[in-house]
Amino acid sequence: MNDLFTLMKSELLVTAIIFILLFLKIGKGIQNDKLLTIIQFLLLLNLVFGFFFNEEGSLFGGMFYTNALIVFQKNVLNLGVLLISMLFANWFKKSEHMPEFFMLMLSALLGMFLMISSGNFLLFYLSLELATIPVAAMVNFDLEKRISSEAAMKMILSSAFSSGILLFGISLIYGITGTISFTEMPALLHQSPLMIIVFVFLFAAFAFKLSIVPFHLWTADVYEGAPFAATSFLSVISKGSVAFIFMATLYKVFQPMLGLWYNMMMLLSIATMIIGNLFALRQQSIKRFLAFSSIAQVGFILVGMSSNSTSGTAAVVYFILIYTFSNLAAFGVAAAIAYQTGKEKIDDYKGLYQTNPFLSWVMALALFSLAGIPPTAGFFGKLFLITSGASKANYFFITIAALNMIVSLYYYLKVVRAIFMDKNEQAIEKINIHPTTKFALLLCAAGVIFVGIFSWIYDYIQSLA
Amino acid sequence: MPHVISIALIPLLPLVGFILLGLFGRKYFNKSAGFIGTFLLLVSTALALYTAYQYFFDIGKVNGIYQKLVPFKFTWLEFSKGVSIDMGIMLDPISVMMLVVVTIVSLMVHIYSLAYMKGEARFATYYAFLGLFTFSMLGLVISSNIFQMYIFWELVGVSSFLLIGYYYDKPSAVAACKKAFIVTRFADLGFLIGILVLSFYAHTLDFNTLIERLTSPASNEFKAAVGASFIGITALTWGLVLVFIGGAGKSAMLPLHIWLPDAMEGPTPVSALIHAATMVVAGVFLVARLFPVFSMSAPALYVVTFVGVTSALFAAIIACTQTDIKRVLAYSTMSQIGFMMFALGISGLGGENGLGYTASMFHLFTHAMFKALLFLGAGAVIHYIHSNEMKDMGGLRKYLPITHISFLIACLAISGVPPFAGFFSKEEILLAAYHHNPAVYWIALLTSGLTAFYMFRLYFSIFWGKQAHLHGEHHGEGGFAMMLPLLLLAVGAVLAGFIPFGHFVSSDGAALESHFHWQFSVAPVLIGLLGIFVAMWLYKKENDKPAKMAASLNGIYQTIYHKFYFDELYIFITKKILFNLIGRPAAWFDKNVVDGVMNLTGNTTQLISEKIKGYQSGKVQQYALYFLLGIIGIAALFIYVWK
Repeated sequence: MNDLFTLMKSELLVTAIIFILLFLKIGKGIQNDKLLTIIQFLLLLNLVFGFFFNEEGSLFGGMFYTNALIVFQKNVLNLGVLLISMLFANWFKKSEHMPEFFMLMLSALLGMFLMISSGNFLLFYLSLELATIPVAAMVNFDLEKRISSEAAMKMILSSAFSSGILLFGISLIYGITGTISFTEMPALLHQSPLMIIVFVFLFAAFAFKLSIVPFHLWTADVYEGAPFAATSFLSVISKGSVAFIFMATLYKVFQPMLGLWYNMMMLLSIATMIIGNLFALRQQSIKRFLAFSSIAQVGFILVGMSSNSTSGTAAVVYFILIYTFSNLAAFGVAAAIAYQTGKEKIDDYKGLYQTNPFLSWVMALALFSLAGIPPTAGFFGKLFLITSGASKANYFFITIAALNMIVSLYYYLKVVRAIFMDKNEQAIEKINIHPTTKFALLLCAAGVIFVGIFSWIYDYIQSLA
Repeated sequence: MPHVISIALIPLLPLVGFILLGLFGRKYFNKSAGFIGTFLLLVSTALALYTAYQYFFDIGKVNGIYQKLVPFKFTWLEFSKGVSIDMGIMLDPISVMMLVVVTIVSLMVHIYSLAYMKGEARFATYYAFLGLFTFSMLGLVISSNIFQMYIFWELVGVSSFLLIGYYYDKPSAVAACKKAFIVTRFADLGFLIGILVLSFYAHTLDFNTLIERLTSPASNEFKAAVGASFIGITALTWGLVLVFIGGAGKSAMLPLHIWLPDAMEGPTPVSALIHAATMVVAGVFLVARLFPVFSMSAPALYVVTFVGVTSALFAAIIACTQTDIKRVLAYSTMSQIGFMMFALGISGLGGENGLGYTASMFHLFTHAMFKALLFLGAGAVIHYIHSNEMKDMGGLRKYLPITHISFLIACLAISGVPPFAGFFSKEEILLAAYHHNPAVYWIALLTSGLTAFYMFRLYFSIFWGKQAHLHGEHHGEGGFAMMLPLLLLAVGAVLAGFIPFGHFVSSDGAALESHFHWQFSVAPVLIGLLGIFVAMWLYKKENDKPAKMAASLNGIYQTIYHKFYFDELYIFITKKILFNLIGRPAAWFDKNVVDGVMNLTGNTTQLISEKIKGYQSGKVQQYALYFLLGIIGIAALFIYVWK
């Protein structure tokens, strides 16, 4: 029984917070202001508790498995959720159904935790659904906007399609091997044509969640339509969690098929980087821009993942930590501007520096980090991804990745140029930033600067991997 | 063990000043910036002196030998086992000596600038830059890792760039700062490659380990470094020579000296700090830091000697003809650094053989005092007369009495007249040269005669000779803030020579008795006095002798006046040869081939982007279709084609 409480600590905490929210909601109406503070406080506690009482072990006959690295991954997600709760404070306050939004978000988070910890395909599938359906509702949260509903519709339909394929794959794999357990499976896998099809089915489901080309088409529409809070949740938390479990299944379950998935990974990684960059190049809406750029980022994550080594694991986790800070900072700034002025076009950002130096600097730091310019953390993140990918000595692949980094520089810096260099008569007015938002932006900026410089963070992750 | 924090604070306090004044200076502290910076540096100086006291008299010595202490070190970035960039503090006699020199000179300059830079619009920025420079320089000297040193080395370069270009609305200053940056950057490339070569063979970046491995002939690393060779020269020598190129660039040694005279465009106190006493001796410090390794390679030491001695002579000759007083001082600096360099070059390791090493460091120490004094004195003159040109000056001894006396002391010191500081250190260098390489000795002797001549030419032209035409308002000597550093440094220039330097700094850490032979001193002192008398004869009273002599030696004089056409040579090489032979073809290639390819890529990208736009149609049923097609395509590919 004690095992249950220590091993499932993260899940239980999140569940508890969901229930607290539920009672607060049906109890007497608390003002949004106060409630948001309570939520932020609870999420902070959740994050802090995440660092204690960590043990390795499995529950329910191997269905649930956890260790120090998994707990760390969960903490990264916790951190992301906390930052989201602070970054979009203005929007939450105005929202009529704020507690519901958090309940949805935390349910999805719970699903992700279970997904990362899952030890067989059954729990994996269930938790994947738990991690998806609430998000579709979150996407629909701008209730008065048609585009928001449309996005949610697209998401739920695409997800259903992807789930169908996934279930088909799982049933086939059960048919072939007679088991759904992650630990028993590797010994039973043989690379037959049928197995390749099955693997492609499963791969496609992961690829769909990670928006890997050609399964990425839903991404831009959904990102654009969803409210900022949901978009950033999708692009950071959701992607991060799927990347974790994807990596774990590839390394553990599909190890016998290494040759196959390495080639597949290379192919799709190259396609993803190129297509992501090509589309990001021509975007005018900041949301779509960030959506496509995050597709390209996933291409880089695949480079590190393809190394099939502990240094690859460490590099991916480290990169996602950095990506959390940088991407959330970018979304936070874009959201702060959009809430007050409704402007979401890159052209509108011209001359932003004259009126909003703070937001401009945060945005510039975030974009530098996303582009991988030293000395920001993004540079170290990409450096480790690429060096661990290079350990396979496939220099063609690494060269393409490096070239794509250069292409991405172009469009990230284009935004920075618009902010700092271009003059604009009708620059965006002075933005009032909520204090907690400002604090969260500062946190993100500090993360972008220091996570790279403090080498012990990477060392710590590597010691877990 | 001294407290780590108190040592770490020495460089960190100026950094605090930089951050504080750099970020908030112009808004909040524009008036008080000078005092903030000066106060922080005062604390730094006190801590440096305390550290020096502790090191030299308390903790440094074990069994009569000064140790290399590393009280603090942490690994910042680890490349592979053993090869890591560390950030650490290393205390040994030279680094502690440099701590003292840098903080004291920097403090003097801080105080001096209170008056000299008063009223500048970017007063706070100026002090911020000074703080940055001091921080980087202090970080450089206490580095325990060669890569750490390289980082600070570059930081020093950047802050020098910022300070030379301080008057950024003056085109000549902008050109000068660019030139300094590019030339030293070019040299730093050599340094970087040298670091890579040395660390490749030594498998470490840590100074102590590197020196230990590359100086023990039995070690595998040393055998590998000596065993490998490229065009007949061992890898060890290559590494050291490349490192030396970096040092030569910073220290303005021939032929990388061209930036130093132009760097005089910066504010005069900056010249005193950076381009006389501290940064330019970084190259000497670098060679001294790696001296045990240098001593394992005779060819590398030979290069150091050759470059040092030619620079010393060559710069002294040019200095005799320049008319801009700061440029005279710049060439004089280059010449004196040449002395320090070749003193290292002719030195051996350990015991009496190491006299050159001690002498070099001693000269570095005394030179810092009197050269800073000369620059600050020149600053006072320029402040008074509003011109750098000798022709605008003359007879100023009545108007600037304190400056006059301190300037005279510095001139005597640099000319090697006993009992001033320069006498002792130069004497030691000459003695070491006499024992190890007579040819170098004779050149050095000639150079020290020239030194006395051009310094007194400068002195007489400023303070004696014709009466300067003073017009407009003149505000005396610039007050207490400007006079105090002059006086303090003058005291240093008088007394620094009496320090028994060999007891503290020697090539192997053991005390070195300096033997004073008065018979030996006769020749250098006489030749120095001869130089002074010639200068007096030519320049004390206004006359046409110098002009006549210049006219009779027209060709040679013009050549020297134009600094042997070095700048022209560089321009010829860069503009005519590099640009025409490499630049233009490269430009053509760039315009027609690279741009062509790029445009093609760009257009193709646009085209593809346009074509595939259709797939992002916004229709979910189509997305599902592509999803399915993707699965089928990938599965087919991996089942049938890519097995």
